[in-house]
Amino acid sequence: MSSIITVSGLRKAYDTGFVALDGVDLDIAKGEIFALLGPNGAGKTTLISIICGLVRASAGEVRIDGHEINREYRAARSAIGLVPQDISLEIFATVWDTVRFSRGLFGLKPDNGFIETLLRDLTLWDKRHARILELSGGMKRRVMIAKALAHEPKLLFLDEPTAGVDVNLRRDMWVLVRSLRQRGVTIILTTHYIQEAEEMADRVGVIADGKLLLVEQTAALMHRFGKRRLRLELARPLAEIPASLSRWNLELAEDGRCLVYHFDANTTENGVQDLLRALGELGLDFTDLETGRSSLEDIFLTLVEQKA
Amino acid sequence: MNARFNPRGVWTVYRAEMARMRRTFWQSIATPVITTILYFVVFGGAVGSHMHSVQGVGYGAFIVPGLIMLTLLTQSISNASVGFYFPIFTKAIFEILSAPLSAFETVTAYVGAAATKSVLLGLIILITASFFIKLQILHPVWMVAFMLLTSITFSLFGFIIGIWARNFEQLSIIPAIIVTPLTFLGGAFYSIDMLPEPWRTLNLFNPVVYLISGFRWSFYGAADVRVMTSLACTLGFMAACLAAIWWIFRTGYRLKP
Repeated sequence: MSSIITVSGLRKAYDTGFVALDGVDLDIAKGEIFALLGPNGAGKTTLISIICGLVRASAGEVRIDGHEINREYRAARSAIGLVPQDISLEIFATVWDTVRFSRGLFGLKPDNGFIETLLRDLTLWDKRHARILELSGGMKRRVMIAKALAHEPKLLFLDEPTAGVDVNLRRDMWVLVRSLRQRGVTIILTTHYIQEAEEMADRVGVIADGKLLLVEQTAALMHRFGKRRLRLELARPLAEIPASLSRWNLELAEDGRCLVYHFDANTTENGVQDLLRALGELGLDFTDLETGRSSLEDIFLTLVEQKA
Repeated sequence: MNARFNPRGVWTVYRAEMARMRRTFWQSIATPVITTILYFVVFGGAVGSHMHSVQGVGYGAFIVPGLIMLTLLTQSISNASVGFYFPIFTKAIFEILSAPLSAFETVTAYVGAAATKSVLLGLIILITASFFIKLQILHPVWMVAFMLLTSITFSLFGFIIGIWARNFEQLSIIPAIIVTPLTFLGGAFYSIDMLPEPWRTLNLFNPVVYLISGFRWSFYGAADVRVMTSLACTLGFMAACLAAIWWIFRTGYRLKP
């Protein structure tokens, strides 16, 4: 599939000397949902800001749908819709006017039918005559999305879209993102809710200290780095792990009441059967058994810690 | 939108800025008009009735061009600076900066709207003045030209202030401590020939003298300085503002880090 974003050797050093991006290369395919993960100050927002024309790059090149963002800025920017992290709206304008304004900025003819559909999809139709200052935080966030979609972009950036929003809005937003993808819109999101990336993204990029640590299919990443965990609740607490169990590298938790075993999720020879047999032979009874799988969050933390 | 120009984008910003003036009718239109009427009543009526004519014109009529110029200068700066600073303050400016608008188009939209508002106010004040004082306009084309040039030039200046200001205090400080005093000293209410030396000569370094003088000449044919000097001074200041704005967009000063 062809790329809608091509980032090559992108570097950003601010006047203070702080290097926010250090040689970033990235390709995003048309129609995919891409999640950019990273701790605060990793360079996520700087990367998005450069692509959208809000920050000037120190070096490197960005192309949107084949258009270089500085020389062909009109074509490049026309393809992009941006929902920034902060709610930033003209508070005295009405919902209807502010969404029409966004469409006009991109040189498109007014299309009341399209804007009506957009506002209905975002459950803003009943609020179309309300001024922004009269809206709740969640409603304002919906208006930000409506504005970003008003010019029917091919590419939508969502910078922390669900930060501080309620469960309903977060669920609606996920539905919206999936429906946009069905219409062929490419979506790039940054999020602190890693569960969000895990559930929605086709691919994940992890960024730290201005460098892309990896870019990988979400499923492949989960598979490659995924660990499983077996937790056994013991009938009687242990003071220490018996020496005969040392080959499983167990962890004794909760004041000796729990044994935890981490194993590779990708192998069949994981040692669980042998462990259970060995416990039986030692007469160590357990009252409960629980298995779990490491989340993308665990993987993300591991990667960032390895980098540090 | 074509590849070279985004007229609908410019029109969208222009119309939104004009809508802001309608939303803030009392602040944008009523307040300056009421203030100017008070000037006419106090200076033109109460004080002016005890004064001789100035440059062959009754005092009430003499101050009309100066009062219009005072409004044009202060309102152009205020409209353009607030118009551009407010989206910076609310961070809504990201929408303008990430839209397919060139620097020229952005400036055209904001400065065009600010200048339009100022010219409208100037015309309203001119019409209001005609109810109080018998006016004559000897050179109407030059009057309109000076109005437009002054409004555009000082809207460009206001646009620069809107980008430079870090807070609302800085936004108002240059109009309050520089522009308004220069306008009062620049002959809004008197001819600079009425000043004793060395104040008269010193006042020739005040650029507003040339604006008011040229504008008054378009009304009554009398001026403190040559009209071409007034025109050159206005155009020179406009060129300086355009150069500053070109530099701002080229370097990204305060807009694009």
